[in-house]
Amino acid sequence: MDQAWSRPVHLYGVERPRGSKTVPSTPVFLPPDSLQRLLDSLRGSGRQLMGPLVRDGAIVFDRIENAAELPRGMRDIQSPGSYRLEQSDSPRLFAWANGPQALKPMTFAPEEVLWQVVRDDSGLHFEPQASTPAPTAVIGVRGCDLAALQLQKAHFLQEGAEDPAFQRRLDKLLIVAVDCSHPADTCFCASTGDGPDAGPGHDIALTELDEGFLLRAGSPQGQEIIDSLALPPASTAQLQAAAESSRGASDAQTRKLPATDLRDALFARQDHPHWAAVAERCLACGNCTAVCPSCFCSAYEPRPSLDGAESEQVRLWDSCFSFEHSNLHGHPVRDDIRLRYRQWLTHKLAGWHDQYGRSGCTGCGRCISWCPVGIDLTEEVASLLEEPA
Amino acid sequence: MSRPKLAVHKFSSCDGCQLALLNLGETLLQLPGLVDIVHFAEAGPMDEDEPVAVALVEGSINTEHDLERIQRIRRNSDYLVSLGACATSGGLQALRNMADANAWEAAIYARPEVLDSLPTATAVSDHVKVDLALWGCPVNSRQLLGALRDLLFGVAPREERRPLCMECKRSGAVCTLVTGEATCMGPVTLAGCGAICPRKGRACYACYGPAEQVNAESLGRRFEGFGLLPEDVARRFHFIHSGAPAFQAAGKHFRGGK
Ligand code: SF4
Ligand code: SF4
Ligand code: SF4
Repeated sequence: MDQAWSRPVHLYGVERPRGSKTVPSTPVFLPPDSLQRLLDSLRGSGRQLMGPLVRDGAIVFDRIENAAELPRGMRDIQSPGSYRLEQSDSPRLFAWANGPQALKPMTFAPEEVLWQVVRDDSGLHFEPQASTPAPTAVIGVRGCDLAALQLQKAHFLQEGAEDPAFQRRLDKLLIVAVDCSHPADTCFCASTGDGPDAGPGHDIALTELDEGFLLRAGSPQGQEIIDSLALPPASTAQLQAAAESSRGASDAQTRKLPATDLRDALFARQDHPHWAAVAERCLACGNCTAVCPSCFCSAYEPRPSLDGAESEQVRLWDSCFSFEHSNLHGHPVRDDIRLRYRQWLTHKLAGWHDQYGRSGCTGCGRCISWCPVGIDLTEEVASLLEEPA
Repeated sequence: MSRPKLAVHKFSSCDGCQLALLNLGETLLQLPGLVDIVHFAEAGPMDEDEPVAVALVEGSINTEHDLERIQRIRRNSDYLVSLGACATSGGLQALRNMADANAWEAAIYARPEVLDSLPTATAVSDHVKVDLALWGCPVNSRQLLGALRDLLFGVAPREERRPLCMECKRSGAVCTLVTGEATCMGPVTLAGCGAICPRKGRACYACYGPAEQVNAESLGRRFEGFGLLPEDVARRFHFIHSGAPAFQAAGKHFRGGK
């Protein structure tokens, strides 16, 4: 095992999206009362629009039609194991940090049929299940999730082993990102270099200012939409305000991961006593992996019809915290919580360097907020880096 | 080709798990083409003692007669499935195991000596070998049909081992514990129900029994942080599956005030 780990396999080097703005075009200014025009053009060409909505006490992505549905003045208060919303009188629509979902469910479906098999007199017939995702535009995506999308692409679109389901969804997705202006207490994208601004991977990026929005294109398709709106260029003062907002969003972050590559440090600490201390708190519930925008593990499940004449092969999100994940010949290799947490953290922060050329964490903080017992990977890493007493 | 024989037996239970079969609608009509149902308590008993390939057993063991009957069923069945909470862990009835059942009977009944009742309500597996346990209060049709189909294929039925949280997240539900300090049992409970309660904004009651990994101490302490007294935490574990060893121990631990 250690042999394999120590072999650097930079097969799928990923361009690391930096926090800097990629500005292929001059930003333009969109007044608040024109936002609906942007949404309408996003919904052009038969696209459905997904955007942030308040549902069940959180901001989630769902179908929207109108700018009026966006979470105006909504603020989030996040801490380890806790997420609350609060209505403020701010007119801002994007003054919140990430909710529980990332982009992930839109590209890597939580459950989907990969193929079907039908049995008749002539034998078994296997058919790929060609899901046809609806063309979709999504607004409100953050830098950490764009960076995670690059990682997911590195995984799902490895040359020669492209995942058709992932590819089909991605091809149909138009992404409108938003520079983060109000990071949560759990965010640390500034330390991983993946935010708070929207890096590569978007079609359009939007900066929200008190007076309105700045738009910049990240793809020809995005540029086309922006051009069709015929908006004035952003003023110098507006560009300055955007830069200040970005600086403020970086400075506001209190958590961080060390800027250095943790690969060797973590692999050298496989026997650190702190793993057992985390295991006393960890529930092996897998919430961290489900909300993590870069986690990609899946399981396969046959779902035969009762008469046995046909069956569907379903892929569903799995987790390194589940029994099946390390189940070999009826016995899980990682049969306790300590080993499962260790697997998660070392794969994410160490093994990914070998596989994908960078750490798997983009600093979104979701695994901290959505852990039912508030386990905080930034703190666990700090403890692991300390020499055992 | 002769069809394998199936029997559905009932002990102390509400019949809800048998309804998972009866509620199948059109699919139910396919069943007689695949198996020969020789006994089905809820649909009208036929022949309790006929040897069968598969016996589905609902309900917990509560009387001397139950003790004798479950042995007979085991002898007559190649493959025995405990169907639902009562059969699998003793169910709600097992709560009486922590009380003085004799004292209760004496307090309630004019002539308690006419009752044929053991002092405990226990799981089928406490008495005979169970080949497959289907947790759930009640079980659902998907679980039951999945198991039957696998048995018809001649393979070992796949068992759900993931915790409910994973199913909850796949469903897109927002976590009730994190957003509202709900005392949700999802992290220590087996998946399988479809996360019905969290999807309605409610805390999971642990109908599907203990997950593969149960860190009761950590979750219980979290509930205490939400303001639950140790006794309240104990009751979260001692509810539908108080007879399941992991929950039994967890409840006792918190009741013990540790
Ligand atoms: S490991 Fe945690 S903070 Fe990092 S990307 Fe995943 S969910 Fe976000
Ligand atoms: S770290 Fe938290 S969210 Fe992840 S498995 Fe453990 S308890 Fe669950
Ligand atoms: S609502 Fe309950 S089952 Fe769902 S993720 Fe939260 S703790 Fe787990």
